[in-house]
Amino acid sequence: MTFCLGVISGGIIIVDINIKIGGEAGQGIQTIGLVLSRTFVRDGFYVYGNQFYLSRVRGGHNYFHIRVSDHPVYALDEKIDVLVALDNQTIPEHIEEVKEGFVLADESIVRDNVDEKIVSVPFTEIAKDVSGKKLFSNTVAVGAVFGLLCYDLSTLKKFLSETFKRKGDEVVEKNIKAAQAGYDYVKNGKFEGICNYNLSPQPTNRRILINGNDSVGVGALAAGVQFLSAYPMTPSTGVMTRVAAHADDFNAVVEQAEDEIAAINMAIGASFAGVRAMTTTSGGGFCLMTEGLGLSGITETPIVIFLGQRPGPATGLPTMTEQGDLNFVLHAAQGEFPRCVLAPRTAKDAFNQTRRAFDIADKYQIPVLILSDQHLADGLFTYEMFDTSGLKINRHLLEDRAVGSDYQRYTITESGISPRAIPGQNGALVVADSDEHNESGHIDQTTGNRIRMNEKRLRKVDGLTDEMQMPAIHGIDGADISLIGWGSTYGPLAEAVEILNRDEVSINLIHFSDIYPFSHDTVSLLDGLNTTICVENNATGQFARLLRAELGFEVSKKMLRYDGLPFTPQSVIRELKGMGVI
Amino acid sequence: MVTMDNYKDGETEWCPGCGNFNILEAVKRSLVDLGKEPREVLMVSGIGQSGKLPHYLKCNTFNSLHGRTLPPATGAKVANPELTVIAVGGDGDSYGEGGNHFIHAIRRNPDITLIAHDNQIYGLTKGQASPTSELGMKTKVQTHGVLHTPFNPLAVAISLDCPFVARGFAGDVDHLSSLLSQAISHKGFSLVDVLQPCVTFNKLNTYKWYHDRVYKMEDDGHDPANRIAAFEKALEWGDRIPTGVFYKRDSEPFESKLEVLKKGPLTGKQYDFAKLDSVFENFS
Repeated sequence: MTFCLGVISGGIIIVDINIKIGGEAGQGIQTIGLVLSRTFVRDGFYVYGNQFYLSRVRGGHNYFHIRVSDHPVYALDEKIDVLVALDNQTIPEHIEEVKEGFVLADESIVRDNVDEKIVSVPFTEIAKDVSGKKLFSNTVAVGAVFGLLCYDLSTLKKFLSETFKRKGDEVVEKNIKAAQAGYDYVKNGKFEGICNYNLSPQPTNRRILINGNDSVGVGALAAGVQFLSAYPMTPSTGVMTRVAAHADDFNAVVEQAEDEIAAINMAIGASFAGVRAMTTTSGGGFCLMTEGLGLSGITETPIVIFLGQRPGPATGLPTMTEQGDLNFVLHAAQGEFPRCVLAPRTAKDAFNQTRRAFDIADKYQIPVLILSDQHLADGLFTYEMFDTSGLKINRHLLEDRAVGSDYQRYTITESGISPRAIPGQNGALVVADSDEHNESGHIDQTTGNRIRMNEKRLRKVDGLTDEMQMPAIHGIDGADISLIGWGSTYGPLAEAVEILNRDEVSINLIHFSDIYPFSHDTVSLLDGLNTTICVENNATGQFARLLRAELGFEVSKKMLRYDGLPFTPQSVIRELKGMGVI
Repeated sequence: MVTMDNYKDGETEWCPGCGNFNILEAVKRSLVDLGKEPREVLMVSGIGQSGKLPHYLKCNTFNSLHGRTLPPATGAKVANPELTVIAVGGDGDSYGEGGNHFIHAIRRNPDITLIAHDNQIYGLTKGQASPTSELGMKTKVQTHGVLHTPFNPLAVAISLDCPFVARGFAGDVDHLSSLLSQAISHKGFSLVDVLQPCVTFNKLNTYKWYHDRVYKMEDDGHDPANRIAAFEKALEWGDRIPTGVFYKRDSEPFESKLEVLKKGPLTGKQYDFAKLDSVFENFS
């Protein structure tokens, strides 16, 4: 049997290996996945990974899927080359996905080689034999995967040494021994000769492997966030954790609030007092924050809200993915006030959009929402190290000399933006009110004032709209079919288009990351398209509805997925065929 | 020098005779006594008749949402601990809508003073029961009388080891302003529950009703360092109603425990982009 690792394109073999590790929560599938991923990234490969888990700390069938390539990849492939089975459910659930590869199973799961695809390895016994403890069985499994790929162990060994250095030489040595033993068992033992492909490390610049949540966290740090208050909620918690990990170095405070109401209101208080502030949550937590969203709106206090979507309503599917909260974030809170919604496409986009979110929030003194989801939150992307050399922070605050004792927080201006001072700055008194207020910030219930203030706030939308970016266009120009997508679906949709373009299908992708408000020229772009298919991870086509409501644009068709799972390039192509458009 | 004129602002919208006038007077007096400049003070209020208080006072003001005085006050205090942060709310604000924040703010212990205007009734919505209304008090909503046991803010605060717990009476401005001065000066979370007659909607707990009952614990030799005695005093309610400092202890405020704040306020810190490189180390 041939072990095919990729496709041949223009005579060059492109590396494209998909590895899926299945097991129960608590068995260490994430550790195995991350060690494999980091090793490949260090050796110059591009890795994209994601995890699928249930809402439990122990048990249940979970899996971690990584894709290794020699060119950038932003989506998973449904074809599995190596399936690592740590529990009984992995083989029955995923064996069909293994077309030409192998299943690496613990001997306790498959004793006899009933199928030639199955390579059973006594992970636990090897671990006990060479390192004395069952604990090292995950490292044995990592070694076995590399054995199956005939892949050089030196980077792995270096990685293990660095990772376990803090735990002492003995732990390092035992891990290395365990990896080597797993490797040898597969490569030199009874399965000798099973792989016929030599995958070699590629020389490269230093790269990073980062997921969507970490990118938002690092983006917030790069934007100078100094206060983050939140109540933990899957799948958003990683942002809070990432900022907390570096808070001391960045003069930032991370506070776990008693509830989401406190979380957003604390952040608003910190922002009012003069620092960049954010809160992080998922849809259910955002339900509790809507009152605070309006407070930010009327008091014109900048706030960045990160919302990692998961399927709702209520508790829904806590660990899965959906783009179901778009309507909600657009309409949350009573009354009318400007807001901005950004939905990052990839981890790098999440870094950039988070920095932008803080800038827009400060510049227009409005709430800015970053709309992510579990698919992006846990999606691991490989990049060259981000270039931070040109980064700047502009707080859009008045300079001290421009602040006098006659300062008024809500001065009426043409742009609608009132110059902002912070409490006590150069003797200024800053007065803000959740009631309708006059220019001084004091409660004012007169109708003339209401009109002036309402119009002042809403005028900010003009400047904000000028600032919004156009959707990205991927694939051929003037295509017969245009997919329209937004947020985290970028990776699978872009790859689907690439595959179809190679097959000479006339298709492209129009993909939005700036969701609200839309950039001025959006409608003329859309009007120039042929057949349009709006692709969304929800059941009702919320983005298609937004296009209709905001731009009067009607998409030709909708492709909706709402089973809690993300699209894959293959699922998109299958659907297009099913729809009869290709 | 700071004088009462420094704090003068705005035309009030309260009913004539409202207890809020005296609380406003007491707040001004204590800020003047403490020599606080208006620019050093941030008043964070909720919604209710009490929430309007900062509008009649010249200082930094954040008039927040109903029940949400303490979270923004906490955020502001952490961002800039040099501000003297005072939260003002009513009994519905502080103990009903904001009950969860009340509990956790005490646990968190920022150096904030909460002045709870406790008139045992909802004034702004015209006379429904509040969390501190007397059992059996009839209103247009509680037509058979209040059925819920009144919330005891002082006992709750003492049980949570709140560093400063006091009760004042809006009918005694001198005493109240002295309590407020002590509360504002005390490090950590301070609660001053203020008995406040609502002349329009609460026909039970009137100025006379309170005058007949209130007494000052300091005259009785109460020791505020004694938590058990404080708890006993907090349970006293009826013919005699204690006012004064129930309980106080030394504490290290929340913001003082935060490592980053040991180098000064978060506001005005310089940003070092070079530090981002070490963050990216985590991902390679």
